[in-house]
Amino acid sequence: MTATAKSLLMRPRFDRVGLLITLLTIFVAIFWLFPIYWALVTSFKPEQDVVQPGIEFWPKNFTFESYTFVVLNTKLAIWYMNSIITSTAITILVVIMSASAGYSISQLNFPGRKFLWWMILASFMIPIPALIINHFVLMNQLNLINTLTGVVLPQLIAPVTVIIYKQFFDSVPKDFRDAAIIDGATELQLLYRLYLPMNWGITTALAIITFIGAWNQFLWPFLVTTTEPMMNVTVGITQVTDAFGVKYARQLATAVLAALPVAALYLIFQRRVTQAIMLTAGIKG
Amino acid sequence: MVQSRRPEIVTALILLAPFLVVYGLLFMYPTIRMVILTFTDSPLIGTGNWVGLANYFRLFSDRLVSASVWNTLYFVLLSVVPSTILGLLIALAVNRLKGWTQSAVLAAFFLPYILPVSVVFRIWGWMLDSQFGIYQYPITFFTGQQNIPIFRTLWLFMPAVAFITVWWLIGFNVLLFVAGLRNISQEIYEASELDGATRWQQFTRITWPLIWPITVLVATIQLILQLKIFDQVYLFAIGGRIDATMTMVQLIYRTAFQKNQGGYGATIAFILFVLIVVVSVLQYQLLRVREQK
Repeated sequence: MTATAKSLLMRPRFDRVGLLITLLTIFVAIFWLFPIYWALVTSFKPEQDVVQPGIEFWPKNFTFESYTFVVLNTKLAIWYMNSIITSTAITILVVIMSASAGYSISQLNFPGRKFLWWMILASFMIPIPALIINHFVLMNQLNLINTLTGVVLPQLIAPVTVIIYKQFFDSVPKDFRDAAIIDGATELQLLYRLYLPMNWGITTALAIITFIGAWNQFLWPFLVTTTEPMMNVTVGITQVTDAFGVKYARQLATAVLAALPVAALYLIFQRRVTQAIMLTAGIKG
Repeated sequence: MVQSRRPEIVTALILLAPFLVVYGLLFMYPTIRMVILTFTDSPLIGTGNWVGLANYFRLFSDRLVSASVWNTLYFVLLSVVPSTILGLLIALAVNRLKGWTQSAVLAAFFLPYILPVSVVFRIWGWMLDSQFGIYQYPITFFTGQQNIPIFRTLWLFMPAVAFITVWWLIGFNVLLFVAGLRNISQEIYEASELDGATRWQQFTRITWPLIWPITVLVATIQLILQLKIFDQVYLFAIGGRIDATMTMVQLIYRTAFQKNQGGYGATIAFILFVLIVVVSVLQYQLLRVREQK
């Protein structure tokens, strides 16, 4: 007798309900994924099939037509490069800055340490979208409007990563530190040879989530870029539309390409992504 | 250890320098400048005159300001409440599943969360397209009307965008709730089962009291996030009646960037700033209270 059959005999009333809930859950999950599926299959249909009445769940005439068109005839490749450059720069800079700052606050003694820590905790509350005007004014003073540097700079504010690094460095046992100091290690060596490698998982998780966040950022790149060649993917695909009427398959092909890197990152590093999200929400995962 | 003190401070300075520069230049400085800007009639770029509290008085008679505050609160209500309740329900359902079904279902709910807003905009623009959108079929079936332009129908706009936002972001809530549910010891449930507790009793007496702090966390995180709503509302309203659905960040954008009124735009930004800081402090207090319990 299988385990399910046994439990059916023991608790017949509950398991009929349980089965129903399971089926409902799977149904809702399918409903949740359906828009993504539908956008994907539509992007592989020829444009004239897309606007036919009726529902075609799998493309009758499977084609990459829309993809080749948007890659060859729009600025998508440039936007893609801009997104890769800015997101990578933001990720590297945020991780290095946060790890160093987190290490200092966690392990070093200097005047104003407590104060700095409280400032960082408090800045958690400040809404960045309220600062758009002054960020724009500042970027204008620095002559960085419509430049990739201008896109990157305001996105470097990341108190949360500093907080997470500080907490993880706090929990590294003191014995390791003392032993390394006896061996003559300098503070920088301690950080790069001991503390960072010991928290490699956190660095990966934070780097991935920072990259995804930078890639998905809309408001600031939208404000600071004024010409098409400077836009990143998320801005470009919404600001530049076909002059010859709506082409659904092409729009969806650009959307699929825009989502590809972050979707791939998530699917490959699922555990790291969920861990990072829980950490940023203040839950140790 | 007196000798080692000085190098330690120097090292700390070196390690902190990049962060302090970014923090000071891109965070503290703009924040202070924003407050100063609210007392002037500056354009977006360039200097203006000191006007005292004139910008603040202007807020009260500006109908667009009150409309944007109401629209923002309306959107918050339509998105935060359903995404919290639905997030908990989905997490409870996911938590019952085992093995690969659980990971697959969790991933299905989480996948939309990592998409860029522009992609969400394209996907749902297509799903609900008034001519060819696939969801026009069920809409026609239930209402009998054909080709409803959802994002051009004023009363449907906010609920539709809020629904899309719930679809987009619910993975985050589900994830936090699932983490909370996993922390509840299975033994409590087993013991209550022996005592003959029903499913409903288990939920109200065990699950809910233990999960409500997570509920507070989820709801307040969403509240703070959605007060800053711009992207989706802006994108879906392109070409429509933008004024009627304008939210606060959108009004900041419109005032400062399109009307070139930097001072007045900063004043609206400052109101939003204060609003969010107040909510954040309340959140912190609420969460601290449960930790002390």
